Amino acid sequence: MTASNDQPEIVAAEMSARTGNLVMVLCQTALGIAILFTWQGVSGRLVDNFFISNPIEVGRRLLGWTLDGSIFIHLWATVYATMLGFFIGSVIGAVLGIWLGISSFASRLLNPYLNALNALPKVALAPLFVLWFGLGIESKVALAASLVLFLVFLNTFAGVRQVDQDLIDGARLMRATRLQVVTKVIVPSALSWLFAGLRVSVPYALIGAVLGEMIASNRGLGYLVQYSGAQFDTAGVFAVLIVIALLAMALNFIVDIVQNRMEGWRIVSR
Amino acid sequence: MIEIRNVSKGFRRGDHVVEALRDFNLTIGKHEVIAIIGPSGCGKSTLLNMIAGLYMPSKGRVIYKGAAVTDVNTDVGYMTQKDNLLPWRNVRDNIAFPLELAGVDKAEREARADAVVKQVGLDGFETRFPTELSGGMRKRACLARMMLYGAETALLDEPFAALDAQLKLVMHELLLRLAADSGQTVVFVTHDLMEAVTLADRVIVCTRRPAMIALEQEIPLPRPRDVLNVRFTNEFKELYDALWERLRVEYQEERV
Repeated sequence: MTASNDQPEIVAAEMSARTGNLVMVLCQTALGIAILFTWQGVSGRLVDNFFISNPIEVGRRLLGWTLDGSIFIHLWATVYATMLGFFIGSVIGAVLGIWLGISSFASRLLNPYLNALNALPKVALAPLFVLWFGLGIESKVALAASLVLFLVFLNTFAGVRQVDQDLIDGARLMRATRLQVVTKVIVPSALSWLFAGLRVSVPYALIGAVLGEMIASNRGLGYLVQYSGAQFDTAGVFAVLIVIALLAMALNFIVDIVQNRMEGWRIVSR
Repeated sequence: MIEIRNVSKGFRRGDHVVEALRDFNLTIGKHEVIAIIGPSGCGKSTLLNMIAGLYMPSKGRVIYKGAAVTDVNTDVGYMTQKDNLLPWRNVRDNIAFPLELAGVDKAEREARADAVVKQVGLDGFETRFPTELSGGMRKRACLARMMLYGAETALLDEPFAALDAQLKLVMHELLLRLAADSGQTVVFVTHDLMEAVTLADRVIVCTRRPAMIALEQEIPLPRPRDVLNVRFTNEFKELYDALWERLRVEYQEERV
């Protein structure tokens, strides 16, 4: 909307809404600064520095890691495991969801087993993944994938089950083959559900990767937080937590952008 | 062309069986326009589903062009009150969908789709999505799709029930024109007697559930019919009143 609008009240209202947003950003920044000052002030006076460290030390730690580049090795290890786990988990979950959604025999056959596996806390699988895939990145990918897989699977499965039977019947009357019914009716129809599943599972991929690194690893943000804790390095722990939080926010931001694109292509919105 | 022989159909609802149709017999000739009318929920839709091969009769047989219907009947086009357009495809791609399924290449199917789009008066809306269309436009798109796909028989299950009275007339005119042009056999289910008499060569009045034929009435009004004015003729009035009398009995029984 350009400012050359011929309805001044609307322009004024829009502008004041914008000013409101700006004020909110300023307030949020002020709150952040207040928290940092309080933290700095409390630390060493009211609460032992050992437990809560302080912002200056945390900042110094972050700066040091950035300057010597060591944080990037860990950051990349986590990002890599997250992405690969997300990718593998979503592909398997989507394929499984479509397959079981179409085949009522297979879904009824596997139903109790899938329920049991889904109810199982996936973290409990971590030792098994370490035994199978070793201490390297593979076991983290496996843990991330196992979390993603079930979320994507359940969403896709529900999506396929929700497909309007009338649309399927209609296509069959128009001489669609079984394969065409799947590719041209069921999959496009379930796509919005599949994307909903992908969207919610992004943070879980990160959780899986970080947890995997905490359990057994020699790199990654999860490893770094575990290692710093073991060294009684509170500043280090806080510094890694900040990096993980920033990474999570960045991932959510990417998901939002992709989602907007999808809606633009009319894949998600109906 | 279509023979329904001693067909009964029941559905299991929990531990009892609801009988939708009982010993139903009907023969429909080629190019005939049949309207089936009866109280709501009397099993009219079930009948269409069996002609389409989506349901199998519990007893008896549905014979289409000399062969029993045992699987989905791909010679029919089916249109219901709910327009089954694919929401993620625009009008042109929806109408061309049956050609796409048949493997017709893109340029040809789009050209053919655009031709029928004109016939039903949807030109200018080819790239719109179903959610952006009005109810009447969606019906036009469904009719266009059925035309393009060249279904020999059109099964119509209260397709215009959700439209307002004026729009209904426009759709009736369009339907009769398209069906006459392509020589389709039409089986039209409705609970609107006016609609039935306007469109049909023969009206079948069903009893309440389980549906049996209460009355068959030829409608000898000349064709092509002027759907706007045919209702004001004396012949129309007589046919309408006779049918209404019978239908009223069915509705009354239901109330008791």
